[in-house]
Amino acid sequence: MWVPTFAVLVALAVPWPLWGVDRVAAGLPVWIWWHVGWLGLCTVLFALFARSGAWERGMGRRAAAAETEPSGVGGDRP
Amino acid sequence: MTVGLSLGVVVGYLVVALAVGLVAYRVSDATAEDYYLASRSIGTFVLLFTTFATLLSAFTFFGGPNLAYAAGPEWLIVMGTLDGVLFAVLWYVIGYKQWLIGARNGYVTLGEMLGDRFGSPGLRALVAGVSLLWLFPYVMLQQMGAGEALVGLTGGVVPYWGGAALITAFMILYVTVAGLRGVAWTDTLQGLFMLSVVWIAAAWVVSALGGVGAATEGMLAARPEFGGFGGGTYSPGFIVSTAITIAFGVTMFPQINQRFFVAKSAATLKRSFALWPVLVLLLFVPAFMLGAWAAGTPVEVPAGANVLPVVLAEYTPAWFAALVIAGAIAAMMSSSDSMLLSGSSYFTRDLYRPVVNADASARREAWIARVGVVGFATLAFVASLFRPGTLIEVGGTAFSGFALLALPVICALYWARTTRTGMVVGVAVPQAAYLTVVLSSVLPLVPPLPRTVLGGWDVALGLMALSGALTVVASLATAATADGDASRFAVAGD
Repeated sequence: MWVPTFAVLVALAVPWPLWGVDRVAAGLPVWIWWHVGWLGLCTVLFALFARSGAWERGMGRRAAAAETEPSGVGGDRP
Repeated sequence: MTVGLSLGVVVGYLVVALAVGLVAYRVSDATAEDYYLASRSIGTFVLLFTTFATLLSAFTFFGGPNLAYAAGPEWLIVMGTLDGVLFAVLWYVIGYKQWLIGARNGYVTLGEMLGDRFGSPGLRALVAGVSLLWLFPYVMLQQMGAGEALVGLTGGVVPYWGGAALITAFMILYVTVAGLRGVAWTDTLQGLFMLSVVWIAAAWVVSALGGVGAATEGMLAARPEFGGFGGGTYSPGFIVSTAITIAFGVTMFPQINQRFFVAKSAATLKRSFALWPVLVLLLFVPAFMLGAWAAGTPVEVPAGANVLPVVLAEYTPAWFAALVIAGAIAAMMSSSDSMLLSGSSYFTRDLYRPVVNADASARREAWIARVGVVGFATLAFVASLFRPGTLIEVGGTAFSGFALLALPVICALYWARTTRTGMVVGVAVPQAAYLTVVLSSVLPLVPPLPRTVLGGWDVALGLMALSGALTVVASLATAATADGDASRFAVAGD
């Protein structure tokens, strides 16, 4: 569950959907605001991840089987 | 007069930073683990800022604004993505795992960890050698940055070599007397200081320009293409390959990688991990936007100078401009210190001791480490006088070189089937290939090989894929050696 979440967080930190968009809002180009908001979101989700059990499970600690993938086991919602 | 004041502020600041380092040295023990790792006792706040400050280098303070000035503010996106998000994820994937393994087996360096796991002093020496090789351009980058900064600040009164020599002297002085505890404490001080002054500087310049909206309008009037995302230098290939190579490269930097061993507890790592994206953003937004906004101002940036000092000299009082530059130079100094310190531990523990003289006394080892630092910094200084590229180019080369280590290391950390041959092949072949590409552009012996292909895709990205593939294929094709011990990396047993 966390692996795809992280993948999306990394992939969309670059504002691809706003490619070529040149609107300015509140003094800065909109795609800069996207990025600022996105990194804020990352911090919230990272904090949730660190707090959840997935942090340890990703290392294969206190997990019954499979220690191959970071956070391969688990899949709980935060 | 003004030049005297500026120089006074810069040198004064560096002296204060040195004094803090000396105090830290007084409270430390003299063991190797303390010298390099501050006895694995670094807390969240200090860990966060020391990692932060070592990432803060000429690359961020001068290279970043220069690029934003020349090509547009998209650099903010590239750096934010790679540093704020991708590096944070790797911080967990590589960093936490290394911390678990390191705390269990008492490792101090990456080479030591890998050498022990695979029972191979050769691999240990190879990893250390490769790391030192790419550390060289990055130390050089700091010297180039300091040289250019003082040219910009003093309007050319202080020559480029003078600035570069100044930082080299402080670097050597600092690292030979203080050790990591000193570096960690001054990093914190400097991280906080830089974060504050960059915001004050941005506020100052923006108010002089008539507000954020007016600054952006000015920028768009001068360079309309800055408003739209992408275009120009920033092709998708450039964005993706720069972000990936730098983020992976950063994790393999000796000073960053060694930070993965120093945390006091897992909670320290967790908190640092979560705060990372915001902290990074707080620094990058004002620093890079200042560079981009400068494009809309009538300020003339002389060739060979950095944008940031020139803009500050124009819009803020001389003492403040000097203070920002001093802070930046000090942060670069602590970056370099951390690098030199980690580099010297790689040199003595992974190269000198296993290969040259296994019975060297601790005293002799400490002496060798210091001589190594002085020699390394001096050579980098000499090389920096030739200015072989822009700050971003030199930095990018170093990052890419380190990035080629990352995938084999991840393989070793997570895949028990990885063999010694797999590691050696996966590290050595892509390194040799990349080194050929880099040298071909510096030395006139051969025609330069292309660094990027198909519109901005970096060849290093392809070589990274190659390093991962070679490690896996060679590991599958060979049997584990008797000396290897996969259980060294097992962390599941608690």
